[in-house]
Amino acid sequence: MPFDQLLQYALSGLSTGAIYALIGIGFSIIYNSTGIINFAQGEFVMLGGMLTLFYINLLKLPLWAAIPASVLTATAAGLLFERLAIRPLRKPTPINMVIITIGGSIFIRGLSMLLWGKDTHSLPPFSGEEPIAIAGATILPQHLWILGITLVIIAANKYFFYHTISGIAMRACSYNGRAAGLVGIDVRRMVLFSFMISSAMGAMAGIIVAPLTMTSYDVGVMLGLKGFCAAIIGGMSSGAATVVGGLVLGILESLGAGLISSGYKDAISFIILLLILFIRPQGLFGKAESERV
Amino acid sequence: MLEVSAITQIFGGVTALDDVSFAIAKGDITGVIGPNGAGKTTLFNIISGIYSQTSGRVMLEGQNVSGLPPERLAPRGMVRTFQNIELFGGMTVLENVLVGMHTRCSSGFLACALKMPWSVREEARIRREALRWLEFTGISELSDVTSANLSFGKGRLLEIARALAMEPKIILMDEPAAGLNSQETIRLTRLIQSIREMGITVVLVEHDMELVMDICDRIVVLNLGRKLAEGTPREIQDKKEVIAAYLGEDS
Amino acid sequence: MKKELLKFLLFSVLMLLVPLALHGSYLMNVLVFVGIHTMLAVALNLLLGYAGQISLGHAGFFGLGAYLSAILTTTFGFNPWLVMPLAAVVVGLIAFLVGFPILKLKGHYLAMATLGLGVIIYIIINETVDYTGGPSGLSGIPNLAVGTFVFNSDIRNYYLIWTAALAVILLAVNLTNSRVGRALRAIHDSEVAARVMGVNARLLKVQIFALSAIVSALAGSLYAHTMTFVSPASFGFNFSVELLTMVVIGGLGSIYGSFLGAALLTLLPEFLRSAQDFDIIIYGGVLMLMVMFMPGGLVRGVPELLKKMLGNRGGVGNA
Repeated sequence: MPFDQLLQYALSGLSTGAIYALIGIGFSIIYNSTGIINFAQGEFVMLGGMLTLFYINLLKLPLWAAIPASVLTATAAGLLFERLAIRPLRKPTPINMVIITIGGSIFIRGLSMLLWGKDTHSLPPFSGEEPIAIAGATILPQHLWILGITLVIIAANKYFFYHTISGIAMRACSYNGRAAGLVGIDVRRMVLFSFMISSAMGAMAGIIVAPLTMTSYDVGVMLGLKGFCAAIIGGMSSGAATVVGGLVLGILESLGAGLISSGYKDAISFIILLLILFIRPQGLFGKAESERV
Repeated sequence: MLEVSAITQIFGGVTALDDVSFAIAKGDITGVIGPNGAGKTTLFNIISGIYSQTSGRVMLEGQNVSGLPPERLAPRGMVRTFQNIELFGGMTVLENVLVGMHTRCSSGFLACALKMPWSVREEARIRREALRWLEFTGISELSDVTSANLSFGKGRLLEIARALAMEPKIILMDEPAAGLNSQETIRLTRLIQSIREMGITVVLVEHDMELVMDICDRIVVLNLGRKLAEGTPREIQDKKEVIAAYLGEDS
Repeated sequence: MKKELLKFLLFSVLMLLVPLALHGSYLMNVLVFVGIHTMLAVALNLLLGYAGQISLGHAGFFGLGAYLSAILTTTFGFNPWLVMPLAAVVVGLIAFLVGFPILKLKGHYLAMATLGLGVIIYIIINETVDYTGGPSGLSGIPNLAVGTFVFNSDIRNYYLIWTAALAVILLAVNLTNSRVGRALRAIHDSEVAARVMGVNARLLKVQIFALSAIVSALAGSLYAHTMTFVSPASFGFNFSVELLTMVVIGGLGSIYGSFLGAALLTLLPEFLRSAQDFDIIIYGGVLMLMVMFMPGGLVRGVPELLKKMLGNRGGVGNA
């Protein structure tokens, strides 16, 4: 295979990988503060894209206004989800949590289908469609947007968790919720925050990817699962490891689609997911000690 | 009967048990005592196969059983109870005891699903026997109660009945008197003595000194992961280092 | 024990008499589906409700059974009766082998891994177009037949499927009230205590996973032969979720509950035909509400609710 073609696959894999990383971090943030794998995470990604379309097409907002509006709306949806479905649960066993977040995910998907129909839509690219040539391969401006925005979000995320009081409090909860409660941190509030932050991040991921891949009411399932896969590779970290996990997954998938067959593209990520869960459930970079299984 | 030699357990750099050795004779009641954090429960978890030790050896009736999981120790006659009682909460009291007889019957998937005649006979036999164990521990009138609804004291008795139903050779009890009132403790003391009379070797981790001194034939004292002393209750009571370890904790 | 047998006999007689009332109605066809779904829900319930291990990949096993039967009988011309046990054994073997690594996982991780397994099976079915016909499916699957008696009408299929479903129910009821069933529930309640009692939790979990897959595969084969057509769309993640919903609605750990869940979820969409797009939202809402307000499912929740209501009325009356 010629080098420039390989580079082409790698480059396009990088931008889908960035999306997976963002979604994966969303999974990790909730997991670390609550021990829940939020099966509805992908639906917030879908909401990001669909809400932006809704704001542009129906409310005639310009793109720059539609984006923050839809992120805010998705965040509000995340808040409602935590308040109405997660918090009232009397017996939060893992199985109950799995069932309830799956229920939530179907509910959100069904609601979107009723509101916006079953059609596939595309979002306009943020700035033109003129391809840019890099060493024999080409990328679209939207790819650059994706990588840039992902970087900014990850940096902001890092800043939030390490340099703000709320962020540090949330980390404290993830290490030891009871102790955090004893020193006066409102743990329930932090759980709520974690749902809000990850739905905002998911929505943002859904918005920046929509111009490339189209969007519809049911894109959330696959995107969510891929994001989870990235998080698993990264050992459920909400930092660099999951980013690397997402990028690795994106590139492998793109290479697999190019070299083997595009139909099996999705199978590749699930095979990776199973292999990692079987062999290194602590993630590729984690220490063996962490009890995650 | 049971021999542990040079057991060492390290959790992520912390040494929970350091070179602990002792032997337990058949038919004895042995108490393992020591202040909090001495490593008693860790020791029990190793002997019963729930943890596997960093180094050292566990011998049961002259055979090396180090590293065997609990489900393989059960057929060899070892059973244990738990500090915070581990009942099968969704099942009735009787069913709990029936699970205790798991190793003593043999019906597999097919025989159970098809209700083969021998499987039906086996079921009838173990039900009768399970009721006897409930009578033995004095909770037979509760046999149809869901075990999650039992009081702590009754739950403890059920746990013991379930363990005995296995017809073990050795029973490890992790703080059997914890959470019991004084009357329940007296009943427990008698129960433990009658278990010994059936020829079952008993090992106890216990904080209730009166109980330990009263019924144990031998006592092993642990402190900070090491064996501090070993001997008859009388010998232990006189040992200065034991008193020091306890006073250090109690004061 | 006698009570269980009586319950089963009553239920069987009822199910076998249903066609007398509904003969000729299109509902007969729907009830065939109820039977297939009952088998699947009971299979999943054995795993989830008794052993406490979740699976979001059971649609995959169902699909494997259906496709093995479909391919071997159409393309290779095998006898359907021969293929059925063969497909069940193959699927059981696959589940058994995959079960060892998969059931080491717990809770959310198990859910994700089984989901992944289901999706992989789905993708394979979808992509091996040469054998499966890909997204457009496989048609022309022969009906089952005994001599010249062909199971090709709704009523015949009804009795075929319900004989199988009743057998599955009887075996499941027997199993759950036995040594094996108690060991499964023991694992669910306290795995460590079960192991101390000599229950080989690891092996037992894999065995029940395999058994559950075998029953699902059988249901798949029967589905293929009664519908005479299969396509991948029936075996995706959504169907796994639908099965989960049936089990949860009916009641975890209740065999007849699984029938109730299967019947409700299969019949309701028929009555809600005008509101077809609503069914997905209803599934989602019902799943959440059940876990929140009726975690024991309908079989336990409804009697409890009735008791509470009657009790309250009695209380008021006394006052």
